[in-house]
Amino acid sequence: MSTAQRNLILILARDFASRLATPVFLVDQDGTLVYFNEAAERVLGQAYVEGRTVAAGEWSTAFAPVGEAGDAVELQELPLGIALTDHRPAHRALRIVGADDVVREIEVTAFPLFAHADEFVGAIAIFWEQPEGA
Amino acid sequence: MRVRIWGCRGSIAAPGPDTVRYGGNTACVEVRLDDGSLLILDAGTGARALGHALRDALPPRIDLLLTHLHVDHLQGLGFFLPIWSPETELHIWGPSSPVNSLEDRIATYFSPPLFPVHVSQVPARTVFHDAPDRSWTIGGATIYAQPILHPGPTVGFRIEENGHSLAYVTDHEPALGVDLTTVGPEWISGYALARDADVLIHDCQYSEDEYDRHVGWGHASTAHTARFAEIANADRLLLFHHDPLHDDDELDAMCARVRELWGVGDERCAVAAEGMTFEL
Repeated sequence: MSTAQRNLILILARDFASRLATPVFLVDQDGTLVYFNEAAERVLGQAYVEGRTVAAGEWSTAFAPVGEAGDAVELQELPLGIALTDHRPAHRALRIVGADDVVREIEVTAFPLFAHADEFVGAIAIFWEQPEGA
Repeated sequence: MRVRIWGCRGSIAAPGPDTVRYGGNTACVEVRLDDGSLLILDAGTGARALGHALRDALPPRIDLLLTHLHVDHLQGLGFFLPIWSPETELHIWGPSSPVNSLEDRIATYFSPPLFPVHVSQVPARTVFHDAPDRSWTIGGATIYAQPILHPGPTVGFRIEENGHSLAYVTDHEPALGVDLTTVGPEWISGYALARDADVLIHDCQYSEDEYDRHVGWGHASTAHTARFAEIANADRLLLFHHDPLHDDDELDAMCARVRELWGVGDERCAVAAEGMTFEL
């Protein structure tokens, strides 16, 4: 049998994300970006391309995330990186530079996705753009 | 393997003059492997007649593969004669749940007051298994179970033996949340089970108009079924889980629609019918 199908939890997570007006970023168990929704497109400044996946090492630096003090934030310190490596939820304020070169202040909450208690299948990040001056 | 359909109706049994050709019993499919092993896919009301047919030659072991525990897939179990024989070794495989065991969930229906006997008291030697994430073997066949889109824990099955494959993906709403015309196949529930199957038994409960009123109910429309079979590259498709409100003529019309949308003839697409048999 072919294994060329996403875990059902990821399919359901994508369905959920696709219906939300809140930006959502979805990665698989390897950390590969497999989907982001329309609301995320606005914040990230780029469109989702069906079938295009992005490795963790690439998406974690593509938007040049920095912390509140302006310090660069490595993958393992990003909320999504924590959800991926430690399998626990995390939250953090970040500043990113979108693909449209716009700097945005965002708050990110990420949590791991388990199909079973011992079966990690990916992680999801939900984020909000902070209004200017917030 | 030899396959015989004992029930292909969905939701509730629907006997009567309008459903004579395709049958009114709910889901139950017998699969005889080449070594004689008996697999049964679901235990809807069709299981009663199957059990009766087995009365003179009870197999020592039966493997019952339950896609899920909705009553139209379970109601025949209490009337399946082999479970009342202590000579029967019955292995029941079903979707796991994060909350309760398979036996406990079956007992929700199979216990008083809904049924006079508790499932733990049936004479057959019954063994319950959560369908594993990895393949397993029964006789000479390799069995795969994979979660599919339907309310509550639900799996589809794929049975492979001697280079042939049967995919049983009933109670399935592959188009929920995705556009089957644009999304990649890796995002489609059930794809891995159905891919290149010699025979795909798939949900086709609704017409396209009816589906619009039943989004999220866990079933497929004619358009979704046609598209799913095309994407999966199934060799043959059997439409299954017939709506209890659909008579035989309506099922014929739905089948014609699926053939039209998929662009195939009757040799590749048919309505599942009680008593239908085929070999793979």
